[in-house]
Amino acid sequence: MAHFLFGNLTWGSLPHLWYTEGATASIALMGIAAAAALTYYKRWTWLWKEWLTSTDPKKIGVMYIVLASLMFFRGGLDAIMIWIQQAMSSGASHGYLDASHLQQIFTAHGDIMVFFATMGFLFGLINLIVPLQIGARDLAFPFLNSLGFWLYAAGAVFINLFFVVGGEFASAGWLSLPPLAELQYSPGTGVDYWIWSLQISGLGTLLGGLNFVVTILKMRVKGMTLMKMPLFTWTSLCSMVLVIASFPVLTATTLLLWLDRFFGMHFFTSGFGGNPMMYVNLIWMWGHPEVYILVIPSFGIFSEIVATFSGKRIYGYVSMVCAAISITLLSFLVWLHHFFTMGSGADVNAFFGIMTGIIAIPTGVQMFNWVMTMFRGRIRFTTPMHYFLGFVSLFTFGGMAGVLLSIPGADFELHNSLFLVAHFHTMIVSGGLFGIFAGIVYWFPKVTGFKLNERLGIRAFWLWLAGFFLSFTPLYILGFMGATRRLDHYAVTAGYQPYFIAAAIGICLIALGAITQLWQVVVSTKERKQNQDTTGDPWDGRTLEWSTHSPVPFYSFAVTPEVHSRDAFWETKIGRKELPPPGISLSRREAIPPSTKKYEDIEMSANTAMGIYLSAFVFLFGFAAVWHIIWLMLAGVIGAIACVIVRSFDEHTEYTLTAAEVEKIEMARKLP
Amino acid sequence: MKEEIADDKSIFGFWVYLMTDLILFSVLFGAYAVLRGNTFGGPAPRDLFSLSSALTSTLVLLTSSFTCGLAAIAAQRGKRNGTIAWLTATFALGATFLTLELAEFSRFVATGASWQRSAFLSSFFTLVGTHGLHIAVGLLWIVVAVIQVRLRGLTPATTSKLTRFTLFWHFLDIVWIFIFTTVYLLGII
Repeated sequence: MAHFLFGNLTWGSLPHLWYTEGATASIALMGIAAAAALTYYKRWTWLWKEWLTSTDPKKIGVMYIVLASLMFFRGGLDAIMIWIQQAMSSGASHGYLDASHLQQIFTAHGDIMVFFATMGFLFGLINLIVPLQIGARDLAFPFLNSLGFWLYAAGAVFINLFFVVGGEFASAGWLSLPPLAELQYSPGTGVDYWIWSLQISGLGTLLGGLNFVVTILKMRVKGMTLMKMPLFTWTSLCSMVLVIASFPVLTATTLLLWLDRFFGMHFFTSGFGGNPMMYVNLIWMWGHPEVYILVIPSFGIFSEIVATFSGKRIYGYVSMVCAAISITLLSFLVWLHHFFTMGSGADVNAFFGIMTGIIAIPTGVQMFNWVMTMFRGRIRFTTPMHYFLGFVSLFTFGGMAGVLLSIPGADFELHNSLFLVAHFHTMIVSGGLFGIFAGIVYWFPKVTGFKLNERLGIRAFWLWLAGFFLSFTPLYILGFMGATRRLDHYAVTAGYQPYFIAAAIGICLIALGAITQLWQVVVSTKERKQNQDTTGDPWDGRTLEWSTHSPVPFYSFAVTPEVHSRDAFWETKIGRKELPPPGISLSRREAIPPSTKKYEDIEMSANTAMGIYLSAFVFLFGFAAVWHIIWLMLAGVIGAIACVIVRSFDEHTEYTLTAAEVEKIEMARKLP
Repeated sequence: MKEEIADDKSIFGFWVYLMTDLILFSVLFGAYAVLRGNTFGGPAPRDLFSLSSALTSTLVLLTSSFTCGLAAIAAQRGKRNGTIAWLTATFALGATFLTLELAEFSRFVATGASWQRSAFLSSFFTLVGTHGLHIAVGLLWIVVAVIQVRLRGLTPATTSKLTRFTLFWHFLDIVWIFIFTTVYLLGII
């Protein structure tokens, strides 16, 4: 009976280790504090109506960024724990973590940073900015957008669930490679938690990708042809195409692994004719495009930033678009470079090595275009521009290491070493995170109505850059010395320790940088009166998102703009006046003649809580699948299907905002 | 005009979804192609499959695609009862197909050829079973669609949903043609 009700979940599996108990306590405390604050300030209805059930991409974008920040904190904590262990664990000392716990932290760090921090930030920025850049008030499918976010949120809770419910997390590497990840060698619940957190959040990502592809292709404002789209929209499109082409592979592959573990199938087992090498192939057919899903949007963010802060249009727009598209296509032809050592033979390895090297060409084209954009520009060294320059140097540096790794012969030597770890951290931190940080600082006034403190922003950047060099340069050296990844202990004679200690000091600088960024948000919020953006165009921007108010009203544009050229907003500004001196922006109201303002009724999508309910049922299903609770699995499936059917009967998914109401709000905004 | 734009978006979006589903199926096809020889001493394709039963299933599913097309034509012409009748026929044929498939599965399991027997059988059950699961979803969709057409008539919203359903059903038909070829035909030859 107990087994029927609770499956494999017993008292014994509840948390009983210091870190799970500690995490449970801190999660509970944070939850109680949040609930108490909401009750005290009577904000529950506000939270539910204004945020949680919203289908507005501007709100969903903010929720993505908030949740991604929390997950970034969790992943960062993991990183610090790893570095401290590795700095200590030499010779007689075995550090403060046991080997199995350390492996779990490694897995969690990788998955959280890729799936929940970086992806969450990117989806947040894309939600906030892409609709504005193409002059769309909403996405093609507002409900799917809300559902996608809630599935992502469910996945994020799921990856932290073992703290509270018990069991353990996966310790078979961030991609859970079989046969180690099979039931025979990983009998615990860890790999199942891993599978379902990726399945659930991956489904959300897939829905998001589909939504943005349709939105960008079908909902651009009048006059915006494909080759007039801003580059951030272009790169988002490329990234989302990669999502819809590669995430089904992840879904299928992790599903097959689960079938092995749950139904006793033999896709990747070492016996019964299973083929573990097929898993490695399949997971990297998703995994390599995933890397580009993370970095391509940042290329677009940097393109916007370098053009704005150099006061020039982007150099070589067409070649930028071609480069982004060719990176998109090439990313599907290089997956095998992740396992040159598997023994596919010299010809296959040579093909994939050459394809990998070729990717450096379009990336190089983009680099030159960015540098040429700065050439003879009037550059303003703002925080986003600092991140951009840091990116140029780091990405080139890490890219060179990548070209080196693309040579199969060299890869045999460096495979699985810390050199590789250093390489991909250089790429993802500069190409992913720096782009995200720059984007957040750049678009912050658009979302909140005030700028972030520049002094603290630049200080945070320098801490990040110095910390990054200090912690990852030693890793390149350690890689050459033969240190492998996921190391929990090493001999004194290996001579690794000084480098690991340097790296641990580096991570402290990075942590200081992250704290400074948090402090920057706090200070700027306090001083928001001084940094207020009244014009809607604080940086003298070039694209459509700067043509509306800051913060953006819920209907985004009172009048849908029309586009005649690239840099659509910039053209309207110089159409009215001579080019202003840098740093002084023409306000929106001067730019658009008042006579053209004719308000119309706007169709808005209504709030819905169905995304929350549906994700909750999917979450229950995943939870039941981890613990083999059959009745709960069925309940989850039936509940989820019922939600879809109820939603399909709902006819009131939209409401009309009348022209008079829009005019009223616009008038109120106009007066100071 | 407004509804046309909405319809255009949702049909295009549904096509994109179908393409993602196709990628999922192609992974399963790939896995089957890799593992079909790995019988591990158990039954091989030629020991299990019978051409006549596979052909029967195929004909049933192809006919259901035809009736599904007729339902779409009836919907376009605004004939509510005709639409419901053809949808019901599609449901009956789809259900027959699913029953045949489940009967085949239970026959295999009864002879000891379950999904746990070998990698070949794991990939067979997963590929064919995933298609069957899609058919089951399609059947549920027909039920909901019929109820909605009965309650609300052929409004732009219900017709748009029907159009998407027919796309889904024809897509499953095409996937089945590939299953018939790569699994059953190639298995028996």
